[in-house]
Amino acid sequence: MATYIQATFETLRDTKVWKSIFRRGTAVTNRTRSIAVFGNFFLHWMPVKVREKSLKVRAAYYLGSVSFLLFLILVVTGVLLMFYYHPAAPKAYHDMKDLRFVVSSGVFLRNMHRIGAHLMVLLVFWHMFHVFYRGGFQPPHEFNWVIGVILLVVTLFLSYTGYLLPWDQLAFWAVTVGTNIISALPIIGNKVRFVALGGNIVGENALLRFYVLHVVILPLLAFLLIGVHFWRVQKDGGLTVRPRGTDGKR
Amino acid sequence: MSETSANSERMSPDKKASVSRREFLNEITIGALGVAGLGGTTVIYQYFSPNVLFEPATTFRAGNPDLFPVNSVTFLQDQQVYIVRTSSGFYAVSAVCTHLGCVTQWKPDANLIACPCHGSKFQSSGKKIEGPAPRPLPHYSITLAADGELLVDKLQTVKSDQVLKV
Repeated sequence: MATYIQATFETLRDTKVWKSIFRRGTAVTNRTRSIAVFGNFFLHWMPVKVREKSLKVRAAYYLGSVSFLLFLILVVTGVLLMFYYHPAAPKAYHDMKDLRFVVSSGVFLRNMHRIGAHLMVLLVFWHMFHVFYRGGFQPPHEFNWVIGVILLVVTLFLSYTGYLLPWDQLAFWAVTVGTNIISALPIIGNKVRFVALGGNIVGENALLRFYVLHVVILPLLAFLLIGVHFWRVQKDGGLTVRPRGTDGKR
Repeated sequence: MSETSANSERMSPDKKASVSRREFLNEITIGALGVAGLGGTTVIYQYFSPNVLFEPATTFRAGNPDLFPVNSVTFLQDQQVYIVRTSSGFYAVSAVCTHLGCVTQWKPDANLIACPCHGSKFQSSGKKIEGPAPRPLPHYSITLAADGELLVDKLQTVKSDQVLKV
């Protein structure tokens, strides 16, 4: 059976279609393996070689990877939720209720999005603490640390803008309270709050603004920064493993 | 002085104009980009700052003064204002907590205004009893309209000792 599968793969790899996509033969030597990684759009930012200790679970506990996985889950479930949600005051709350009680699999998707979002905030914080305590903010990782902190802020903003969308009492008062915190900024506070809400109260304009931020602007920003973040991990020499000092200790 | 020497003087490097063409163009370009950036920021700010709002009117009629008994606090839900009538007259107190903007509630049993969000407490005069609210509830301008109804203007705050005598 195993040999049959292998033989099928060999035949597949030999076809014109396969070769036109991957343009390389079987990755059998170190050189062809490297070329396979370099030549693949989805893998090109990955390291061709990694240190063995960088692969240990203890190196990062996959906290960043899991955060990214949650981000992908949130994108997929979020896009699906968008098919039933109108970001308008008369509809928003009822659409959320419909998703919970009327739409097939609606409650599953909504809860997956909601719980996934909570978990992502948790994971991103956990990831940050882990990187911090391993000294991941030190050179040569300092730029990537800054990108990471911005990603944390973007995650929090995504969470906060999504909080308003169910348009229930909890959402309304959370955003009323949150945007009143903005007005504590000296001099420009009230203007920033006015622009953020598109008015003086949390109303139609605020709902639409938060929606656009939540589904377009912040996800795009997050995606861009995640790309840079991952790429820099490799360019900075892999996952943070502090070099041993002269005393042999980490 | 011959023409040649005048020319060479103009062309000599140490007598050259203090700003080269490249520097001049660089500075002009940076200046132009700065002006464009500033203008762009202003236009973007103006775009995101709505000119017409569909929010409740800030000036409203609270009705005939006889509707409010002496020594009463009446909460007007739509306007988020308390109309307080004491033996000395009327005043209008904002119902929006000065802490983070939650709408407070009048508790007749305890004789105080309480905020459900973070527990601030106020007297019916708006004076703060306990925090976290940093300021007392503001008083709004309250006047009598021509037809004798109470007129409240939420854009105009007045001192807390101002009372409308009817």
